[in-house]
Amino acid sequence: MARIPVQFRLNGDDRAEFIESGTTLFHALRDTMGDMSPKGGCHQGSCGACSVIIDGELRLSCLTLAETCEGAEIETTAGLGQDGVLHPVQRAILDGFATQCGFCTPGMVMAAKALLDRTPNPSREDVVEAISGNICRCTGYEPIIAAVLAAARSNSQNAG
Amino acid sequence: MSLALSTFASAKEASVALNEGGAHYLGGGTLVVRAVNEGDIAITGYVRTTDPALTKIDVSGQRARIGASATMASIARCLELETIWRAAKAVGGPAIRNMATVGGNLFAPAPYGDFTVALLALGATVHCADADLSIDDFLADRDNSSGRGIVTAVSFDIPAADSFRFLKVSRVKPKGVSVLSIATIIDTDAQGVVANARIGLGCMADRPIRARAAEAALKGQPLTKDGIAQAVAVIGEGTDPITDPIASGWYRGEVLPVHFSRLLLS
Ligand SMILES: Cc1cc2nc3c(=O)[nH]c(=O)nc-3n(C[C@H](O)[C@H](O)[C@H](O)COP(=O)(O)OP(=O)(O)OC[C@H]3O[C@@H](n4cnc5c(N)ncnc54)[C@H](O)[C@@H]3O)c2cc1C
Ligand code: FES
Ligand code: FES
Repeated sequence: MARIPVQFRLNGDDRAEFIESGTTLFHALRDTMGDMSPKGGCHQGSCGACSVIIDGELRLSCLTLAETCEGAEIETTAGLGQDGVLHPVQRAILDGFATQCGFCTPGMVMAAKALLDRTPNPSREDVVEAISGNICRCTGYEPIIAAVLAAARSNSQNAG
Repeated sequence: MSLALSTFASAKEASVALNEGGAHYLGGGTLVVRAVNEGDIAITGYVRTTDPALTKIDVSGQRARIGASATMASIARCLELETIWRAAKAVGGPAIRNMATVGGNLFAPAPYGDFTVALLALGATVHCADADLSIDDFLADRDNSSGRGIVTAVSFDIPAADSFRFLKVSRVKPKGVSVLSIATIIDTDAQGVVANARIGLGCMADRPIRARAAEAALKGQPLTKDGIAQAVAVIGEGTDPITDPIASGWYRGEVLPVHFSRLLLS
């Protein structure tokens, strides 16, 4: 099948790749661009493990075709930590023991980041709603909800 | 193996390409890419248009026109459409709402199609590349798209806040798939008597359907327990509820009158 050129910004870097037409962003990221942070759970839109942020919106990379992202700004979990310092959501999830196998974690982190980018001081219901498309089989959701609320608190303390 | 995507600048060109067969139109992709991922061999490629008109939401006076590629999230952010936010927010979790389009929702089989249930109650017009149809006619003939081209937009009169009601019943909160959904537009006169009613039901057939017997039974009645009794008695008339892992058709049929009655008296 013909390969087509696609350009977008991935975690702040300009990327230009040749991909097979119709390839999902999930496969383009992992197989072509070496970003293994989106996880593949269901490829049906049901688990949220493959979540990424595209132009500020949480999206499912398993259901998004890479070529529809031409010119877009894409964020994945791999790009969140800066200079060895974890993003507040990543830090809070570790500190709050909100991960066991960690499979759902990248998707949860992106869902939480998308929430906090728009709503810096979310209510508990906001957090529940924000991660409602992400399935965790291990921890139960309470530690994750607590971690996202803790990340929001630490953000607002740092800002204040 | 992936399937090739063909991109066109206009809805007309995309419609022509679609009529050549095999390929499916790509809205947000939440159903069509999922089907390809699951190995649906009936789909041989994707077609889309990048025409910016398809993502526009226009409100002029009381009339709203929503482009077919507008997402549920964009509707839920549009202040002028606040009265129908509930229906847009009923579709999936946040990531799904950022992708799910109005156009795709019109084609979604039950148990999906929650926003379309609202459009049905609203008496929307469905604008296609080559024709405009009432939503009733569109849904009746939905699977035969030849000759009308892709859906480009829907339009409807924005309802007054107190005339539109929407309810989605699901088991998993806050984002589970529908057990059923109900949307109503009910206009009452100064005495509180129903002058007109349009009722859309989801999961009560393979696609959203009107509850015509209940609409007729509500006319001339007040929205009281006694006034709505006849409508509640006939709400299931003409329905053929779906059975899926969420609920059996029998269960859906049994609980429909209960939820319908609660919605009317809420
Ligand atoms: C995990 C999950 C949860 C979901 N939950 C819900 C829910 O709660 N409620 C609900 O209603 N739906 C739900 N859905 C279904 C779906 O996301 C929505 O119905 C959505 O609106 C479909 O739109 P789309 O743009 O993604 O469709 P697509 O997948 O892009 O398209 C679906 C079909 O419609 C056709 N089509 C799309 N746009 C047009 C157009 N403009 N003209 C002609 N044909 C077109 C496509 O060719 C395809 O056959 C869910 C889906 C998933 C994966
Ligand atoms: S892998 Fe994308 S939602 Fe499950
Ligand atoms: S930590 Fe294992 S799936 Fe969530």
